[in-house]
Amino acid sequence: MRTAGILTNIALVALAGDVLSADAPRTTYGFGTAPTEAELARFFAPLPDGRGLPPGSGSVLEGKSVYQQQCASCHGENLQGGSGDRLIGGRGSLVNDDPEKPPVKTVESYWPYATTLFDYVKRAMPLTAPDSLTNDQVYAVTAYILEQAKIIPQDAIMNAQTLANVRMPNRDGFVPDRRPERFPPAAHSPHQSVAILPAAK
Amino acid sequence: MAEVISEATRREAHVLAAKRSDPASPYYAGDDARRHERRRFMLGSMAALGAGGGLLRGAAAQAPPPAVHDAPPDASKVQGYPLADESYGTRSQFETEVRRRFQTATPQSSWTMTPLEHGCGIITPSGLHFERSHGGTAVIDPAKHTLYVHGMVRSPKKFSMKDIRRFPSMSRIMFIECSGNGLTEWSKPTMRTVQFTHGLTSTSEWTGVPLAMILDEAGVRPGAKWLLAEGGDAAAMTRSIPLAKALRDCFVAYGQNGEALRPEQGYPLRLMVPGYEGNIHIKWLRRIEVSDAPFMTREETSKYTDLLGNGKAVQFSFEMEAKSVITSPSGEMTLDGPGFYEITGLAWSGRGAIRRVDVSVDGGRSWHAAALQPPILPVCHTRFRFPWRWESQEAILQSRCIDSTGYVQPTLGQLIAVRGLNGPLGSIYHLNAIQSWRVASDGSVSNVHHY
Repeated sequence: MRTAGILTNIALVALAGDVLSADAPRTTYGFGTAPTEAELARFFAPLPDGRGLPPGSGSVLEGKSVYQQQCASCHGENLQGGSGDRLIGGRGSLVNDDPEKPPVKTVESYWPYATTLFDYVKRAMPLTAPDSLTNDQVYAVTAYILEQAKIIPQDAIMNAQTLANVRMPNRDGFVPDRRPERFPPAAHSPHQSVAILPAAK
Repeated sequence: MAEVISEATRREAHVLAAKRSDPASPYYAGDDARRHERRRFMLGSMAALGAGGGLLRGAAAQAPPPAVHDAPPDASKVQGYPLADESYGTRSQFETEVRRRFQTATPQSSWTMTPLEHGCGIITPSGLHFERSHGGTAVIDPAKHTLYVHGMVRSPKKFSMKDIRRFPSMSRIMFIECSGNGLTEWSKPTMRTVQFTHGLTSTSEWTGVPLAMILDEAGVRPGAKWLLAEGGDAAAMTRSIPLAKALRDCFVAYGQNGEALRPEQGYPLRLMVPGYEGNIHIKWLRRIEVSDAPFMTREETSKYTDLLGNGKAVQFSFEMEAKSVITSPSGEMTLDGPGFYEITGLAWSGRGAIRRVDVSVDGGRSWHAAALQPPILPVCHTRFRFPWRWESQEAILQSRCIDSTGYVQPTLGQLIAVRGLNGPLGSIYHLNAIQSWRVASDGSVSNVHHY
């Protein structure tokens, strides 16, 4: 215990930037208390490998009814979007160099992990009553959305195991940040000069 | 002046109305967008007809109205109004700057923008600090607020606000910028004023406790590499942060500009992540879970990722890179005849301090060093100034900054060459290109693309 603590302190000093270094050497203060298991039980945050997903399960059919009652008014009867995001479609629209044509980013076309869908629906949806759905309801509506997105079959059941095993179409669509890009000071003469559009009448 | 601003607001309303009724736009508001927009616009026009001040007064009237005093012909000939026994001061009754909300589909997941054109110095008044919230402004009693720290720690801990205020404190003056700042400006000049092109950045003095100090109390276990920060708002906003960053310079803030945080800035507790994109500065901070991997939350997969033209999206693009903008003269202003003008603006970088700002008045053909006004702090707005004599000639005003890492602020053309132009909003986030303002021979200033 003690050795680990000292090691951590050394690591911290090594990492500390200009803001923290003035406070070295580091110490602990004994503030804060231990939370109970029950207090922590209300929180959840699944990882893509399924760790942290709660127990429960739901079917596509159950999910359809949850969707119609809880989601359709904002996300549309056919998941086409409304005041809430469009949820399905858009595959093939991400590769695009047309400044006039926006890509269609949906659960189906863009989201890399199915666990994220469970997590977000459970924590933040429905808009007017976030965190009000049971785990079974969230698994079910997750299943329905994934089925409508043609990612899982109609008879699929979503639970902690099956959800983590879902492979999303855009799973490999993300790359790490390679910035900073290095820009030389710009050339002197512009190649484009565009005025703002005339005022709308 | 009010005339000019309500005209600008009216034009912007048109642009936004188009976006809200376009099913392909991220701002699509559903079938009734047009109807809603029309109604809002008509109400605005009616307010403008009724009161000479138009939209300015309409917007300010949402706050409790400050006392209005008659201004005597000579204030030195009469006693001023008495000092109250207890008060919380307000600005002069003659000052009217307000944040303005971008017309998103809902007013809960939305953002308001800082009127940079009227700012002085580097500090943003707390009441004008931009807002970006994903589930409205949470109302939290600090006496009942708890910060939990758990996951890969030796002993999970919970802290009351009283506990947190007992730790040794630190203060840091730094900017927060939303990574969506300027998203309308990728493919063509769209917004009219610097408030709407650049108003998602603000600077405050923030006071709190180093996050490392709080993590030490729980004891991070070997193998931990990331942590999740979670807000206590309706969105339960979550982002994953590399542990190395958390230990280096993150802190939890309870203070802003000498008092408690404003509600819309995360009262009573906000995570500060210096130099990183704004949304990761989790407001209403209630929980930190330590882990060995990123959680891949909705905000860091489906939202705050930068989709390139080749269909791949850059993920965890945390740093806000060096950027500058001339705040005066800027869009919708009119120069008041030939003569001396001070060109002034702000520069900032998430990777360090601003080392140099150059100004061009001829569209980038020649550049001249601007004066940097102290204090010049890392990860902080830095004010620059450049003297200019205007002789009624047409001019394109630009500023370009270089930060302490040697990074040079790019032109929009250079940025698009790297990111592509994938739709009207490009890669949406992290637009830090040089801004151009055109001064016409009649002195009117407008937003243009010139690169």
